[in-house]
Amino acid sequence: MTATVDTAVRTLPPLGRNRRLKPPKQAERRLPNGLTVIAVRRPAVPLVELRLWMPFGRTHLARGALLSQTMLSGTPTMSSVQLAAELQKVGGGLSAGLDPDRLMVTGAGLVTGLDRMLEILAEVLTGATYPNGEVATERDRLIDRVQVAQSQPAHLARAALLKRIYGRHPYAVQTPEPDQIRAVRPAALRRLHAERVHPAEAVLVLVGDVQPDRALDAAERALGDWRGAGHRADLPPTPPLEPGPLLLVDRPDSVQSSLRIALPAVGRTHPDHAPLQLANLLFGGYFSSRWVENIREDKGYTYGPHSAVEHSVAGSVLVAAADVATEVTGPALLETSYELGRLASVPPKAEELEQARQYALGTLQLGMSTQAGLASLTSAYASNGLRLEFLAEYAARLAGATVEDVAEAAARYLAPARGVVLVLGDAARIRGQLEALTPVETEPA
Amino acid sequence: MAARRSRIPATKYPVERFTLDNGLRVVLTPDRSAPVVGVAVLYDVGIRSEPEGRTGFAHLFEHLMFQGSENLEKLAHFRHVQGAGGTFNGSTHLDYTDYYETLPSNALERALFLEADRMRGPRLTEENLRNQVDVVKEEIRVNVLNRPYGGFPWLTLPPVMFDTFPNAHDGYGSFTDLESATVDEATDFFRRYYATGNAVLAVSGDLDVAEATTLIERHFGDVPARPAPRRPDFAEPDLTAERRQTYTDRLAPLPAVAAAWRVPDPIGDFAGYLPYVVLAEVLTDGEASRLVERLVQRDRAVTGLSGYLGFMGDPFDVRDPTALLLQAHLPPGGDVDKVLRVVDEELDRLATDGLPADELARTQARMATHLLRDTDAVLGRALRMAVLEQQRGEPGLLNELPRLVGGVTTDQVRAAAATLRPERRASIEVIPGGAR
Repeated sequence: MTATVDTAVRTLPPLGRNRRLKPPKQAERRLPNGLTVIAVRRPAVPLVELRLWMPFGRTHLARGALLSQTMLSGTPTMSSVQLAAELQKVGGGLSAGLDPDRLMVTGAGLVTGLDRMLEILAEVLTGATYPNGEVATERDRLIDRVQVAQSQPAHLARAALLKRIYGRHPYAVQTPEPDQIRAVRPAALRRLHAERVHPAEAVLVLVGDVQPDRALDAAERALGDWRGAGHRADLPPTPPLEPGPLLLVDRPDSVQSSLRIALPAVGRTHPDHAPLQLANLLFGGYFSSRWVENIREDKGYTYGPHSAVEHSVAGSVLVAAADVATEVTGPALLETSYELGRLASVPPKAEELEQARQYALGTLQLGMSTQAGLASLTSAYASNGLRLEFLAEYAARLAGATVEDVAEAAARYLAPARGVVLVLGDAARIRGQLEALTPVETEPA
Repeated sequence: MAARRSRIPATKYPVERFTLDNGLRVVLTPDRSAPVVGVAVLYDVGIRSEPEGRTGFAHLFEHLMFQGSENLEKLAHFRHVQGAGGTFNGSTHLDYTDYYETLPSNALERALFLEADRMRGPRLTEENLRNQVDVVKEEIRVNVLNRPYGGFPWLTLPPVMFDTFPNAHDGYGSFTDLESATVDEATDFFRRYYATGNAVLAVSGDLDVAEATTLIERHFGDVPARPAPRRPDFAEPDLTAERRQTYTDRLAPLPAVAAAWRVPDPIGDFAGYLPYVVLAEVLTDGEASRLVERLVQRDRAVTGLSGYLGFMGDPFDVRDPTALLLQAHLPPGGDVDKVLRVVDEELDRLATDGLPADELARTQARMATHLLRDTDAVLGRALRMAVLEQQRGEPGLLNELPRLVGGVTTDQVRAAAATLRPERRASIEVIPGGAR
């Protein structure tokens, strides 16, 4: 104990009155070309955040990935350097990225440059040229990046888990192989752009120091002429999880084991969603969870265990992840199964639930308190067909979930018997530890 | 097309400063636009102050500050912050250690109570120490030992550039040093460095200045006063001959290199320092920057490139001695010598020919966006103002940064580039041991 002079017991001050969740001022317009534009006002700093996504499911993986890396590499009037320089002039920047559902363009800049940023965005969307030289450069860079990713345990564990849980569903493979990237030609990118980069069903979100109606006008002026028939490709729903033997992926000489567990989950609008989120918090979704308090703060097996519900268009899944010391891999799995099993079998105490509920409600406030947070939230909601108004309903659902609701959700979704378990690590050192607890099937990384 | 130069905007966050009788410095910056507050407590001790033979101690001690305090059991801190809807963390830097929360504003008093309680004294027990040594070892494994490029270059370049223990040693710590840390050492470390006179409290966001002042006096006013320890001089002479080292990373699939040059004292010579902050961006911010255009696009000699001030990547939170760093990842079989040669060539070109005004202006506009974006989050504001108070006694500088950056001239950037000579350079090369 440290030396202190004052030993009077002090008690924790109570919380003040909660301020209600207040939705920001916003406006929305669907342009005749099918693009939905949502503008949200948060004038805190003189910036604007931009998020544009287009449905992009079922595209050729390597072509899609390279398209996102080269979309900003040239237009009929500008080279990649000119594009970047023109954006910089207004304090702006744009980058493109891809997930199995969407092509996303993300950016931020000085609000005085909004018109110019939109103008440049429109030029890229309607006229990206995919110049041969730039495509060749970016192709090599992408191959290198994939190679580096493939040397990272987090990536390897993720890739193996996706393959295990999604089987033949398009979500199963989300990173292209270097050979596939090497085979992509600029003509294929131009074709893919023509087929899939369209305003129909796309959503543009602008958040910042803007008057929402004027921001909509600016977007319509810049992007109203963006045309193209929307070729859409729906993904089939994700298959249900099929629990089986623990999959041990061998990574010789690994000094840690990457433990991953996939569990079933539901989408944002499902009535079980709020109770499931609360059950997830109790298990491992925040620091004050049973899992973190057990395997980190009590046992010291790991640094950053965490679990979260991940939403994609074709389905949702709960993933729990911890990187644990090699020598305690078995014990860490044992404690993990114990905590999942306990939550699925014994209802939580009311005060434990209350703490998780306050966290869930409070972090909604925090998430809305920055331009970037609001932009990402608005965009993520929109991709599930929701608007910011849904926040109030979600908050009400969180507030209304009872101990019974959460216990039921835990039994339904967090039962260890429903989980798909994967461990990436040094098989020679951990196979025995794991086999003492559960059947194990081994494969190379 | 006519050059469109954007006017660099500024923020006008109000700043209130005062010092409690026990020496604790306080900064308040109200902003009622969202019902959230950021609370940050900084102690003026970091990696550079840890004792020889105790590498990683400042960071280990940061973990111990979360293990319970005078009136709080282990785990209570986390539960009270999160049970109020808030988030928390702490981090250890070269020159300071911070502890912080973001919360709905109705939990402000609670956060102040929690921070004051651990300022009076954490519960330093053998059990907590052993537990957190284990946790820190796993942190080092996940961030350094079990991944490619772990600790590159923030842990691997300082020992090339510097000669003295404070500047050169591994701030994450060796397992041997961590394992031999004792409770008595932790107690001494707390008594010496975690003094009221060595701390700054900053609160930002949805607060009323008068009310917050009352709450702060209520909770921190009777924390026993202890003076700040004398801060040692960490100065080292500049390099006079190039230094270059290599090491093999058994997990890395591709080569990489990082180079660093000493820069002027960020505190004592801020005006001389700022041009280097701008120079790093001129060289590496985006596709239209000097080195990306040349090395990535034209020569295809590197696949990824970044440039920044300070080994931990923040130009405005570090004291002398510090450096400008360039970090490059190379394609398979890439030639590090050639990359360094081209860097020298481009620096020469910049020093000789200067740069067009519009190239500088667009870089500065982009920097303004980054600076403003960082301060949009209440916590970002509290942390930055706390550092500026601690290191400069000038938290309001936060409002000025975009314009100060915007005021740097082409001549200043050119002069800065002229100092980045090969003979003043320290570099570290990663040899890929994991190439397939």
